Amino acid sequence: MTATMRADSDGTSRTTQTLSVQQALNRALADELEADPRMLVFGEDVGVLGGVFRVTDGLQARFGAVRVFDTPLAESAILGTAVGLAIAGFRPVPEVQFDGFAYPAFDQIVSQVARYRYRSRGRLPMPITLRVPSYGGIRAPELHGESTEAFWAHVAGLKVVSPSNAHEAYHLLRASIQDPDPVIFLEPKSRYWQKSEVDLARSGGVRGARIVRPGTHLSILSWGAMVDRALRAADIAAEDGVETEVVDLRWLSPIDTATIAESVGRTRRAVVVHEAARTAGLGAEVSARITERLFDRLRAPVQRVTGYDVPTPSGALEDEQIPSVHRILLGMQRVLEYRRG
Amino acid sequence: MPEPTREQERELYTCVIRARALDVELVRWHRQGIIPGFPPSIGHEATQVGAAAALDRTRDFVFPMYRELGLALAMGVDILGYLGNHNGDWNGGSFDPVASRFTPIQSVVGSNGPHAVGWALGQKIDGRDGVALACIGDGGTSQGDTHEAMNFAGVWKLPVVFLVSNNQWAISVPLAEQVAGGSIAARAAGYGFPGVAIDGNDLLAVRAAVMDAVERARRGEGPTLIESRIYRRGPHATSDDPGRYRTLEDERRDAGEDPVIRYRRSALERDIIDESFVAEVDSEAAVWLEGIRSYLTTLPPRGGETLFENVYAELTDDLVEQRDAWAQDARA
Repeated sequence: MTATMRADSDGTSRTTQTLSVQQALNRALADELEADPRMLVFGEDVGVLGGVFRVTDGLQARFGAVRVFDTPLAESAILGTAVGLAIAGFRPVPEVQFDGFAYPAFDQIVSQVARYRYRSRGRLPMPITLRVPSYGGIRAPELHGESTEAFWAHVAGLKVVSPSNAHEAYHLLRASIQDPDPVIFLEPKSRYWQKSEVDLARSGGVRGARIVRPGTHLSILSWGAMVDRALRAADIAAEDGVETEVVDLRWLSPIDTATIAESVGRTRRAVVVHEAARTAGLGAEVSARITERLFDRLRAPVQRVTGYDVPTPSGALEDEQIPSVHRILLGMQRVLEYRRG
Repeated sequence: MPEPTREQERELYTCVIRARALDVELVRWHRQGIIPGFPPSIGHEATQVGAAAALDRTRDFVFPMYRELGLALAMGVDILGYLGNHNGDWNGGSFDPVASRFTPIQSVVGSNGPHAVGWALGQKIDGRDGVALACIGDGGTSQGDTHEAMNFAGVWKLPVVFLVSNNQWAISVPLAEQVAGGSIAARAAGYGFPGVAIDGNDLLAVRAAVMDAVERARRGEGPTLIESRIYRRGPHATSDDPGRYRTLEDERRDAGEDPVIRYRRSALERDIIDESFVAEVDSEAAVWLEGIRSYLTTLPPRGGETLFENVYAELTDDLVEQRDAWAQDARA
């Protein structure tokens, strides 16, 4: 971990560190535990071990076993316990160890966490942040590489957030924990070890989508681990003179329609990239929003580059399922070469 | 454990009578089209009122399911708000769960067990001595969440009382086809805490058992499972037809003495109440019921804009847009 203090042009100092996504998340949890004595971190193996991805490394030693604790192996009760703790006035930050293990907790998340504020008419809010190591790309066994965002985004009462790099991971996790509503925080596990500069003091804004790379010929809308691939595709396309705008959605619910429409309104061509299966995936939602708002301005139908409608495959077939840079480039080509019949 | 005073028992009697009277009326009101549906608690009154009598309404917290009318009444929950769950006014009821220390009514049985566990964990962390009452039925003990909740509570020695109202029926499925091993109370041994089976038709026995469990929890000794053996004397809900799965003879044979009649008999025998008090309670209940009926029949329609409130702390852009579209469509 390298830290540098330097003065900005406006004379204020800022703290910038080079952190991996995993380190940035760890730092965000520590800073929130420090800031809010009612915040609790719990889940399977998050205590002594520090999490199977070490995202909670050292937190129990620093904050004690009351605020950072291991639970028995039971995802539904982990989320149910979070509901009870929220009723008791705590700010629970539970973890389920892998994306596919959020399925056993589906009922608690959908029937309870998401609805409690509504059904109690605001008396029992659920400021819960569920951290979920998510998506594929690490050759993990079955149900350790699922893309679950569409399930959660479909549920009223939940918010869904997914960071794409270390800086975003730090600030989005802090914003999610501070959010008064329940947030499903999907961590791209294939990016856990990717290092980049994190400005701990300045977020650059934590709400809505952000334009990562400006461009004029088309917009790629993406999130999580796919943002990096979209950027690589944009670099390659730039060699042919194609200026690609890359938008990182960050908040998958509520979706920042304004930023998407602003970007696509300018470029007039859109490609949505996600690794989840295509049918009823979030790409369909993003496409529909673009069509509703920009139907007359679009130069081509919105293209989707997604996983296929198959169960998340085993490691040997993972690269066939997850959109490659090559497939993203082909999707870009389809919108750029589209001609009305 | 303190015996109830004469005055407390007279209150318990009043509560039991009102719970039964309201249940009977709600079934009628359903047939008259006043409410869309209702799951009667007939046969549960002694267990529910007895359990509530063992709780401290200033520090304990109830995690009910959907068949807890008597418990709600005895806990002092705003009953008109409680009925909101059943008359279609608001999911979970519109009473204040914080003031009532009684969470919104649950439809998914078993799901409330882990909530009780989380709340109880909060008590332990905060160094408070409140106790969570988790309400489960015999059917609800088949749910995975019930197991997970009991396991968590056992491992962490939390102040939770799991009150299983074993009314012998999970809609149409009888106990023997729902619960393996024959005893729900016996399951507690596997979780490392005591399980007791009690006669749930005996109000004072329920009060005593829950009080024991609550005191144990307050001493930091952990959870207790109480299997309160009763009989669901009515249908599962107003839409259910028990005639399809049991006969009237079965009911007469299996139900035993009605818990409300039993408590009245006991209270009369012990000179807690007399016939004039019985008549007074009945006539006051009739007036009380008329007030509820009048409320239900004159309840103004809920404003459509409330549809969009409290989904999130603040309206999202999407919800603002949808609310505005709703308003425009409503005007058109």
